[in-house]
Amino acid sequence: MVMSWIWTGILLISLTFSIMNGNISAVSGAVLSGAQGGITLALSMAGTICLWSGVAEVMQGAGLTKMLSRLLSPLTGRIFPGTKKDTILAQDLSANICANFLGLGNAATPLGIRAVKRMTNPTNPAVATNEMCRLIVLNTASIQLIPATVAGVRASLGCTTPFDILPAVWITSLCSAGLGLMAAYLLGKVWRHD
Amino acid sequence: MTDYIIPSLLLAVSLVSLYKKENTYDRLLTGASQGLKILLSIVPALIVLLTAVSMLRASGAVETMSRFFQPVFAFFGIPAETAILVLIRPLSGSAALALGAELMGQYGVDSQIGRTVAVMLGSTETTFYTISVYFGAAGIQKTRYTIPAALIADFTGFLMASWTVRWLF
Repeated sequence: MVMSWIWTGILLISLTFSIMNGNISAVSGAVLSGAQGGITLALSMAGTICLWSGVAEVMQGAGLTKMLSRLLSPLTGRIFPGTKKDTILAQDLSANICANFLGLGNAATPLGIRAVKRMTNPTNPAVATNEMCRLIVLNTASIQLIPATVAGVRASLGCTTPFDILPAVWITSLCSAGLGLMAAYLLGKVWRHD
Repeated sequence: MTDYIIPSLLLAVSLVSLYKKENTYDRLLTGASQGLKILLSIVPALIVLLTAVSMLRASGAVETMSRFFQPVFAFFGIPAETAILVLIRPLSGSAALALGAELMGQYGVDSQIGRTVAVMLGSTETTFYTISVYFGAAGIQKTRYTIPAALIADFTGFLMASWTVRWLF
């Protein structure tokens, strides 16, 4: 439903501005070139996305996800104290974080949902717990080893070094995850539990 | 230095996989065909949203909005050209991708704005989508402080994307 509003809103804004600026012919032309651009963009980033999905699959098969989870366990134990009592939760959680890290979005989502379900508070099942909020923040901060989709877009636009943004992406996501977690800790202390 | 990361990673992953006696090539192909499915699932949205975004750009609305947001964004050191991306990113992933591709194309992939856009896209998520999927599936109705905390993380991402690009390039 949100997208229907965004779509209609964009059309309305475009038409209003084009009447104000007197460039309706450009907007009319943009309808066709935009639709064309959509398919061109999809085709030209197809290679990067497919190759990276393949590599991610190999990583999972080779047990790299499990290895990463073990490496991460001291950290996850600190952020999510519940994982010390619940080993299944600990596994789902670290697998979710690692799948995100390797860029396996489709694998990460079901694992994250399972983790959130195990975190529910039995006396108050419809209210988010502190650990849930932290999990969401970690997921939305998107700590990713290789942002393949955006690299694909860059390559499709003729960039010869599409991966030169990696260090900047890593620093940025680490900072946003760190600050988001800090905000979650502080808010968790003052926010009501119902 | 960054040129070494991808080829070495490919080799390292393949070596570990062979060492574990996995069928590396088969897995590569399976994964790549999954990638094709992912792509197929975003193509319709990409076509529709790129239409909307290119209309928006052609109408001159983006420039007007950028000018409007200029003082706020300049204060934080975020390029005003990315204003509309910052607003759309937490709501829709494919719309942000379409918008980002347009911006990168217009200002150049290797320009400061182009790189900032790429880092923003690579280091943030579709926050509201993630929250609704995770909490919806688990039956959570009261999200408490999840949205403010996640938006603080997003904002930090946009800020750091602009700063790191300025420092590193």
